[in-house]
Amino acid sequence: MRESVIMKIHYGTALASVALVAVHILFRLTQGFAESLQYESVIANYEFLPYAGMLEIILILLSIHGFNGLRVILLELKQGPTFEKSVTYSCIAAMALIILYGSRTIFMTSMGMV
Amino acid sequence: MAKVDENKEGIKGMVNPTRYGIERFAYLLMRLTGLGLLAYFVAHIYETSNILRGKVGWQEFLAITQTPEGHIILAIVIGMSVFHTVNGIRVMLGHGGIGVGKPARPDYPYAPQSQNARHKIAIYSSIVLAALAMMYGLAVMFGE
Amino acid sequence: MTSEGLQISKEESGIIVSPTKTITLRISRYNPKINNESKFDEFKIPYQRWTTVLDAILEVKKHLDHSVAVRYSCRQASCGSCGMKINGRPALACFTKISELNSDVITIEPMNNFPIIRDLAVGFERMFSNHKKIKPYIINEVSEINPGTKEFLQTPEDVEKYIQFSSCIKCGLCNSACPTMATDSSFVGPQALAQAYRYVADNRDKGKDDRLKIIDDSHGIFRCHFAGSCSQVCPKGVDPAMGIQLLRGYLLGFRD
Repeated sequence: MRESVIMKIHYGTALASVALVAVHILFRLTQGFAESLQYESVIANYEFLPYAGMLEIILILLSIHGFNGLRVILLELKQGPTFEKSVTYSCIAAMALIILYGSRTIFMTSMGMV
Repeated sequence: MAKVDENKEGIKGMVNPTRYGIERFAYLLMRLTGLGLLAYFVAHIYETSNILRGKVGWQEFLAITQTPEGHIILAIVIGMSVFHTVNGIRVMLGHGGIGVGKPARPDYPYAPQSQNARHKIAIYSSIVLAALAMMYGLAVMFGE
Repeated sequence: MTSEGLQISKEESGIIVSPTKTITLRISRYNPKINNESKFDEFKIPYQRWTTVLDAILEVKKHLDHSVAVRYSCRQASCGSCGMKINGRPALACFTKISELNSDVITIEPMNNFPIIRDLAVGFERMFSNHKKIKPYIINEVSEINPGTKEFLQTPEDVEKYIQFSSCIKCGLCNSACPTMATDSSFVGPQALAQAYRYVADNRDKGKDDRLKIIDDSHGIFRCHFAGSCSQVCPKGVDPAMGIQLLRGYLLGFRD
C-alpha cells in the first residue's frame, strides 16, 4: 500500500475517532462519573446496540491509528528490509489482536453472555 | 575517506526539545503523548474486558482504578488526549499546506514564514487546553 | 604628510574601533585514521564586534594549530561550505558572529547526520544522492534551446511561487537539524524535499507526477512531521518546512 494511502487512513481515523471518543466520554459525564462506572450502568450501555456499535468503531479506528503511529516511530528508529517488514507485520498483527480481544468483550456483553 | 558511521545524533537528538523553538517541543510531545495514549488504549481494552468476569470481577478491577493514583493517571491521559488531538489537527492542517505562509522572495533576516504566530499560538493553545481539561477531569473525579 | 595633516585626518576619519575581547573555542577533533573517538581542543582567541566564528577558526589555524580541518570558501553565506554545529545548533560559521552567541565558550562540532571526514569537515555524498533522486532539473519534453521553439514564458507571479526555494545553497544545515534524520538513515531529507517542491512549483516543469511518486515512499515525505527545525536553521530563508508541507498538499488532495 502506498504511504500516501496509509497516511490518509491515519488522518481519517484520527478525525473520526475524535468525534466518537467525545461521545464516549460524554456518556460517562452525563450520568455522574462514579455512578456511570457501576456494573449495571456499564452493562446497560453495552446492551444499547448503537452505543456498542460506536464502541466497536472506536476500537477499530484507534487500533489502526495507534499502531500505525507506532509503526512510523519504529521505522524511523531503525532501518533495513528485514526489520521494516517485521515491524509492519507485527503492528498489523497487534492491531488485529487488539481488535479481536476488544470485539470479544463488546460482542459478548452486548449479547448478554456475561 | 569519509567515516563510515553517519554521525547521526540518534535518539538523543530526536528527543532533545531545546535549540529549535516550540515547534520542536510540540513534535516531541506529540510522539510522547501518542505512545502514552497507545499504552493506555491497550490497558483500557484489557481493563474493560473485566466486565466478562461478572459483577464481582468488575468491582475488583474498579477497586484498582478508582483510587487517587488511578484518578491521577486518568487525568494525565485526559491531558495527553487533548494535547494530541488539538495539536494533531494543527499538524494535519499544516501537512496540507494550510497556515504555512505563501512563498515569497526571501529577504534578510530570513525569518521562516512557516514558523509563524498562527502555529505557535495553536501549540500553546493545545498545551493550555490540555491543562484545563486535566483540571476539569481532576475536579470531576475527586469531586465525587 | 605633516603631523598636523595626520592630526586632521584622524579627527575627520571618525573610525570607531571596537574593543578586543577573548573567547575560548572548543573545537571537536577527530581523525578517523588516528583516533577512535572525537575529543575537544581549546583555543583562546581575541575577537572584535564583527568577528565571525569562521574568522576565529582561521585565527586558530593561522597562529595556534594549523591542522584543524575546516571547509570554507566564500565567507559570505553564498557557497554553503562552512556548515557546522555551533553551541549545539547547526549554523554557517561565516554567518555567525561570536558577539551574537552571548557565550564565553564556543563549542564547535561537525554537523550531525553527516559522516565526518576529519574534525569539522563532513561528507556530503548522501545529501547529494538524495538531491539527485528527486530529479532536480526542469522536466519538459519541449526544449527551449531547440531552434524554432518559443521560450517558456514566466510572469513575475510565476517566479514568486518558487524563487524562495531556489535560494538553497546546499549547506546541509536543515538535514543536520532535522529530528527524523537524527535516527532515520533512509529519510530523503528536508533539502531534497524542498528542492522537489522548487521544481514542482515551477510552471516550466512537467515532472510533478514523477517526483510525487518518488517521494511517496515509507522514508519519503511522510516521515516529515513538521517539527520546523530545518526552517529555523536555514541561513537563506528557503523555509524548507513550507515547501515540504505545500508539496504534501498535492499528495493529500489539498492541492491539484
